[in-house]
Amino acid sequence: MAGGAPAPGGVASQTFASARNWLLMPSWAVLLVFVAAPVAMMLVYSFLTKEFRGGVIWEFSTGAYDQFFCNRGLFGDEPCQIEWTYINIFWRSIWQAGLATVLSLLIGFPTAYFIATRSEKTRALWVFAITIPYWVNLLIRTVSMKFLLRDQGPLNDLLIGLGLTEDPLRIINTNLAVQLGLYYSYLPFMVLPIYAAVERYNFTLSEAAADLYATKWATLRRIVLPAVKPGIVAGCILVFVPSLGAFLAPDLLGGARNFMIGSLIEEQFKGNAGNWPFGAAASMILLTLVLLVLLVSATQQRRTKGAV
Amino acid sequence: MANGTTVAVDIRNAVKRYGEFTALKTISLGIADNEFFTLLGPSGCGKTTLLRMIAGFEDVTAGEIFLYGEEIETLPPHKRPVNTVFQNYALFPHMTILENVGFGLEMLGQSKAQARTRAGEMLELVQLSQFAARKPAQLSGGQQQRVALARALAPSPKVLLLDEPLSALDLKLRKAMQIELKHIQRETGITFIFVTHDQEEALTMSDRIAVMSAGELQQLGSPRDIYERPRNRFVADFIGETNLLDVTVDRIDGGIAECVLDSGQRLSCEAADSVAPDSRAHLSIRPERLVLGHDPAAPALKAQVRETIFVGTDITTLLTLENGPEITVRSSNSARGNKRVFAPGAHAFVAMEPGAARLLVD
Ligand SMILES: Nc1ncnc2c1ncn2[C@@H]1O[C@H](COP(=O)(O)OP(=O)(O)OP(=O)(O)O)[C@@H](O)[C@H]1O
Ligand SMILES: [Mg+2]
Repeated sequence: MAGGAPAPGGVASQTFASARNWLLMPSWAVLLVFVAAPVAMMLVYSFLTKEFRGGVIWEFSTGAYDQFFCNRGLFGDEPCQIEWTYINIFWRSIWQAGLATVLSLLIGFPTAYFIATRSEKTRALWVFAITIPYWVNLLIRTVSMKFLLRDQGPLNDLLIGLGLTEDPLRIINTNLAVQLGLYYSYLPFMVLPIYAAVERYNFTLSEAAADLYATKWATLRRIVLPAVKPGIVAGCILVFVPSLGAFLAPDLLGGARNFMIGSLIEEQFKGNAGNWPFGAAASMILLTLVLLVLLVSATQQRRTKGAV
Repeated sequence: MANGTTVAVDIRNAVKRYGEFTALKTISLGIADNEFFTLLGPSGCGKTTLLRMIAGFEDVTAGEIFLYGEEIETLPPHKRPVNTVFQNYALFPHMTILENVGFGLEMLGQSKAQARTRAGEMLELVQLSQFAARKPAQLSGGQQQRVALARALAPSPKVLLLDEPLSALDLKLRKAMQIELKHIQRETGITFIFVTHDQEEALTMSDRIAVMSAGELQQLGSPRDIYERPRNRFVADFIGETNLLDVTVDRIDGGIAECVLDSGQRLSCEAADSVAPDSRAHLSIRPERLVLGHDPAAPALKAQVRETIFVGTDITTLLTLENGPEITVRSSNSARGNKRVFAPGAHAFVAMEPGAARLLVD
């Protein structure tokens, strides 16, 4: 910000820096063991040769990536043509995850705003209520969802009972079911960061905007949204990224036609049928996509912050 | 209010309750066009509440508010042609200074270019043109304060509301801004409603002052009126410094009362309208209207000096009267005043300038 004053260098800041390095050691260790090492392993495995009953042979190969991107005919000896199967699965996953993110935002923002504008006591209660489903394991929640949405499930019973439909609605094994599963899994990851941002928002700014003739809508668009944007971006990332790799909701609720990346990767490591290098390669491609998304949003953030 | 002047803001029997708590108890007052009007009172007396009711941020529990004859108490804030300078400025942090100042104009439907031009003019008025492209966080407190002022003035409101706009500034800057504000008010002719709990600020800046306490209007008048003819004990005590002596009223005749101090000494003084004979009341005497002397002149009170305090331009002497009450005398630090400096423990006589004492009820 303000230039001018020379940076306070010297001994004091050096000891501060070294103390900081020491204090950060445990975090670095955790990151190394739980992030860097698995990713490195995955990277190595993606370039190995597959063993037919699962596992790998320690022999370098680009076969996994080749299988992902290239169609070389029935016997695998033709020149590379683009293989759409997996790219389509990826594309469908991105689309599903993107839709889930946008709709989570549309539901999540008003919810978060509502909670953040309650009195202090009720606010805690609402946040607590939002997290209650998370006390139950995701698998169990998703299975329960399956029972709820079934053709003979309570939802359809209710709809028929109310006379809204004669035959049960087909929800299970559709895109809609996957979307519902994704909201149910990840909506709080949208609500909580936005809630935190709105709670920190200085509502006098909204009063100032109204005082300067801004309607409610203009105030929201011009003042509130820019102020809580970091929370919105965080919420979108926290929903998009796990939705992209989700496999429980698509597997259990979407059926075979709504296969997503997560399920594809999961299958490669399950039982004897799997293909570890291929699973690892698909994971690396997914990781690259996610990193790209983060990179774009980070540069966006930096640009909007501008000179401040 | 003088006859013939336009009433800018007319508050009629306005009441504000928060649940069981009554923040404002039936306030009625009229604020004239072009006036620098100040709401003055101790913390928690309801100044902000009244201002926010005019701006539209608080509902009125009962009563009406008129703005140049139009009833406004049910309008939302963005439909009221008044602007506010907020105590903590409330500048939009993600916008530049120029965008901040132009915001109101844009919301009124002016084009970006028009808003920009006018905002630039306003920044010139508050001498901040060179900072137009900065963000609020890059300005000092005093500069932010001036941006807030420019932003509120830009849409040419009919009335400008200012809630303790200077309280976050240091003394020197505050004095400078007081003069600048007063100057801008004269220049633009906009009605200012200014909130402060600083009585000196109120006295220097205002055309008229409304003194409030505990949600009630205590007195409404010019700074001189309020200082020299306080209507009750609260106002006398709150505005400036005063000596309050308990007395019994003996006779009252044509605004002049004869009263008896607890020591038995008799004094005559001006009385506010509501004083009844034979009642207990307070005698209010400003310290600078008292004179210390060696001689027992006719209406002088005998006293013993406790302490002499040097305060730069003035010398303050604390004394104890017969029968115990304490009294403060202030004389200017001049050749004449210095002749009347007394050592602690010395006996002195406290004489009053004519018309210095004023009789007040609670
Ligand atoms: N939202 C509210 N709910 C309940 N009571 C309130 C609310 N807002 C203000 N009050 C009360 O109303 C009274 C007047 O408040 P107000 O803010 O108008 O005081 P003020 O004169 O502006 O004081 P200060 O000089 O400290 O700013 C106070 O006693 C305050 O506690
Ligand atoms: Mg206040």
